[in-house]
Amino acid sequence: MEIFEILLSASFWAAAVRIASPLIFASMGELICERAGVLNLGIEGIMVVGAFAGWMAVYAGTGLWVGVGVAMAAGMLFGLLHATLTVPFGLSQHVVGLGITLLATSAAYYAYRLALPEVTSPPRIIPFQLYEVPLLSQIPILGQALFNQTPLTYLAFAVVGVTAFVLYRTPLGLALRAAGENPSAVEAQGLSVTALRMGAVIVGSGLMAVGGAFLTMSAFDSFFFEMVNGRGWICIALVVFGAWRPGKALLGALLFAAFDALQIRLQQTGLGMLVPYQVFLMIPYILSILALILMSRRAEVPAALMVPYNRGER
Amino acid sequence: MTNTAEAREVVLRLNGITKRFGSLTANDSVDVTLHRGEVIALLGENGAGKTTLMNILFGHYTADEGTVEVFGRTLAPGATGAALKAGVGMVHQHFTLAGNLTVLDNILLGTAPLWSLGRGRREAQARVRKLAADFGLAVHPGAKVGTLSVGERQRVEILKALYRDARVLILDEPTAVLTPQESDALFETLRKAVDQGLSVIFISHKLHEVMAISDRVLVLRHGKLVGETPTAETTPHALAELMVGAEIAQPVPSEAKPGATLLSLRSVFAHPPGHRTGLQGIDLDLRAGQILGLAGVSGNGQGALAELISGEAKPQSGEMRLGNKAAPPWSPRAALAAQIGRIPEDRHSTGSIADFSLTENAILESYKDTALSRAGWMRWSAAEAFAKQVISRYDVRCPGPEARIRLLSGGNMQKLILGRALESNPRIILANQPVRGLDIGAVTYVQKRLIAARDAGAAILLISEDLDEILGLADVIRVMSEGRLSPEFLRGSMTATELGRWMAGEGFDRAA
Amino acid sequence: MRLEPVAKPTVARALGFPVAALALSVVVASLLVLLAGANPFATLGLILKGAAGSQFAALETLNRATPLIFTGLAVAVAFRAKLWNIGAEAQLYMGALLTVVFGTSALGLPGPQPLILIGLAAMIGGALILLGPVILKTRFGVDEVVTTLLLNFIMLLFISLLLEGPLKDPMGMGWPKSPRLDPDARLPRIVDGLRLHWGFALALICAAVVWVIETRTTLGYEIRAVGQNPRAARFAGIPVNLVLLKTALLSGGLAALAGFSEVAGLKGSLTLDLSPGFGYTGIVVAMLALLHPLGVVVSAIFVAGVFVGADSMSRAAGVPTYIADILLATALLFMVLAILLTRFRIVRG
Repeated sequence: MEIFEILLSASFWAAAVRIASPLIFASMGELICERAGVLNLGIEGIMVVGAFAGWMAVYAGTGLWVGVGVAMAAGMLFGLLHATLTVPFGLSQHVVGLGITLLATSAAYYAYRLALPEVTSPPRIIPFQLYEVPLLSQIPILGQALFNQTPLTYLAFAVVGVTAFVLYRTPLGLALRAAGENPSAVEAQGLSVTALRMGAVIVGSGLMAVGGAFLTMSAFDSFFFEMVNGRGWICIALVVFGAWRPGKALLGALLFAAFDALQIRLQQTGLGMLVPYQVFLMIPYILSILALILMSRRAEVPAALMVPYNRGER
Repeated sequence: MTNTAEAREVVLRLNGITKRFGSLTANDSVDVTLHRGEVIALLGENGAGKTTLMNILFGHYTADEGTVEVFGRTLAPGATGAALKAGVGMVHQHFTLAGNLTVLDNILLGTAPLWSLGRGRREAQARVRKLAADFGLAVHPGAKVGTLSVGERQRVEILKALYRDARVLILDEPTAVLTPQESDALFETLRKAVDQGLSVIFISHKLHEVMAISDRVLVLRHGKLVGETPTAETTPHALAELMVGAEIAQPVPSEAKPGATLLSLRSVFAHPPGHRTGLQGIDLDLRAGQILGLAGVSGNGQGALAELISGEAKPQSGEMRLGNKAAPPWSPRAALAAQIGRIPEDRHSTGSIADFSLTENAILESYKDTALSRAGWMRWSAAEAFAKQVISRYDVRCPGPEARIRLLSGGNMQKLILGRALESNPRIILANQPVRGLDIGAVTYVQKRLIAARDAGAAILLISEDLDEILGLADVIRVMSEGRLSPEFLRGSMTATELGRWMAGEGFDRAA
Repeated sequence: MRLEPVAKPTVARALGFPVAALALSVVVASLLVLLAGANPFATLGLILKGAAGSQFAALETLNRATPLIFTGLAVAVAFRAKLWNIGAEAQLYMGALLTVVFGTSALGLPGPQPLILIGLAAMIGGALILLGPVILKTRFGVDEVVTTLLLNFIMLLFISLLLEGPLKDPMGMGWPKSPRLDPDARLPRIVDGLRLHWGFALALICAAVVWVIETRTTLGYEIRAVGQNPRAARFAGIPVNLVLLKTALLSGGLAALAGFSEVAGLKGSLTLDLSPGFGYTGIVVAMLALLHPLGVVVSAIFVAGVFVGADSMSRAAGVPTYIADILLATALLFMVLAILLTRFRIVRG
């Protein structure tokens, strides 16, 4: 059976981890927003902005890490816009989020066309290179999958750890979670719901943008249109699948990426001869929907998710 | 509990607080002074401006005029958390707790700097336990708040303030949700606090409690301070008149003439989602011409029962009969068809649609009637006529039927909902907390209407957490606890204290 | 800062803020045009000229507006019930697909059906596409935003699969393209010689019908009640889930008509680039119209004008066409804020 060969190959798992990386960044970003009570549907557009801004910075001559910083800053800027409209003004998080996605996407495309009006084939940068962690990468299968990746992938895993630590072990995390559960509890203790939620959306958006930047700076080496291709929406599903917990969301992203890597490989097999490639490409989206259905009854949604908070409202 | 407070240190002073919302003056140069070790009561109707005053103290609103001083220092206006830092703790009427977090997390929230690592959970837990023991506030720090009873949640609220070293405790209608016995325990806690040098502001509209606990009473009416007197020198009657500005005449129902049973439940179990407690096999009879008052601490299954009667929830098992027929497949529409008039607990979230006009709200339950629509086509002129009728018959003060209901006061909103329910002359009426949060004028109006409906032969189920309301209005009383129902007690056969024992869950096992 | 409801918004307030929102988005776009090294006034002039400067331009704008009216209506109807249908794109493609299936004999069906049947089939198809997410929402509480969005991607892949398989045009020289519709299955032009087809008239009729449904029927009343407070609606005996299903059928059907009209009226066949995001743009159209069905017509023509104008401007002035998307996205965001400010004022403290 070809499928077992695939599942036992290190390169397959390495690919899965690679595919998971942008999803990990972005779903952590979304998770932070939602834990504080704000659904951020700007995610898809913010990923596009991150992908463009990071890549563009490097193309213009900055270092790779500076590029990551630029991507993050660009994402935070759109996060600030989102937060301003949805938190103090309490506007519909659905409409604003979609508007942000539209704005961010078109802004990135506009800037790309402006910066590179002539090009027909997308120019390239030198992306992040694989870094083999000594010793650990020698572990069979897992070693190559987990410890022979680009630094951005390692950063993704670190982000999960930091997010989990902050959320569950620090006063800030407690305040954020409370803001997503019952904002008036936060306000009654003298903290600002507005500041907490805006902060969460801004930081979360920054992470989404880094997720986007992973695509142009680590997975590929150039920016092209439609490259985010629904990954943002998938991350929203992953957050639900992960029951709003960083560790579970990470597992979800890896599982999802494994299926994605599998479908890519299956296309090359005998099965790929029989089944049109589009069916394989549909799998990630169908899986996301299935994940949503599966988790719908079980997950504990933050009680104040999508509920705007109006201070002193009687 | 002494009268020598004057000589002592002033811990809190509100100077000439004025706050206007558009044309409404919510607070009109209000002065409040609180001394160390003193309990003052802030008395006033709903809408008298008590909540606004507290919001200003805590910086949620900025006063148009006046200052707030705590321990001699003036607080910056509009600075949330300033009063908290200065040592003022508040126990809100609507608890400000996150249900999905533990008791300890709720208490610790906001106590450590946000950007610290916040170590010392174990020490914190020990401190909470010690405070709980010192003040008689038994609660388990590791429990999720969502699983706690109302009384326990209030203890968490008080612990929150004490943990922050509050020297001034403000309690907003703290007994509204407690059994008489729990109220006594609360008073005991407050006395302990005062003994340790804390000061207390007790906000209430319950006169006997004010008399029992306070050293001094301040009365607010229409945003103005209309009276201030040592408690020992006044009477409940005098306070009541000050508070309302007129003699209160609580409607007293005449002798009931109960008729046939219009709705009965036998061994009904139901646990609709969103309620802590479901119905644990209850028997219930609603008779024509009788008000059945259902007392109980909130969250003991009253919500589930209300949803069952209103049609929102279905019985999971057991039998439900309307008159002598089995109930049809149950839904809100079926309940309406069975001539059940419903007054929901929450007029904002369940009873009305904020941005709908009065007309659109008035016809919510009846728009399918042939008078109001035919073959799917609305008859808007008929709808408006109906709304006008309800407005005039039920004394709804409003700009007109086209105004959005959002702009109405609570009392007028409730009158519209009452009118909507009663206009069809229902045979059974579910009145769930029908007067909560209303001013006295509206309270008496709603109660008179309910009595009139009873006299006209309706069977009424009155659900209330306010024992006084139940004792004053109900012909028969039953108590709900943990989803079970006590036997029926006839009007006048039980004292508040006796009912309180049932509310606390005593007696059910014997009765069963 | 606090928001305080305004009892009776003045006309100045009700109109001033939305107008300011549009003006502000034009200012933002102008700044970006400056960034591109072009003159904003000249650019704006070129956009206007390209959108309405000639009969050809104006008709082109109306043609572009046609699918946007349909998707705009679809979104407006759904959003009224707070049913977040972001899947108009998928419903559009479903409509287009069924138009090809019933308008050709590609799948072995006996030739073209009468136009009205084709249109109906398209509507039913689109409605059914939205039914899935709505049932998932009402039965399992799955957020329809994500499911409808994901369905867009699935649908496009499905169309791609068909266009490279059973629906492939044998004369298409290898392009993924469906066979052309039978001439009988085409929507005729409204006036001979003018490049404007009956799809546009159908869109206007649909707008009027939706307006009547929303203001005059019990369904319209139910939709608004469910959208504004589902809990109160349920308590009052309105069958919330059923209303959502009906809304979905209406919304999905309307979006599918966009596909029907594009294929039968304009393109004549189905390709993968049939819709340059009409489904998503429908959200902008609906929001700019404040969800009012008649307003959707105006706002769709405006939005179409911006796109058509930007296309021709881009060729002349070298400012990327994406300026149109930016303009519309900012207009959308400013507009939701403006609507809030017409009804609430910001007060300090």
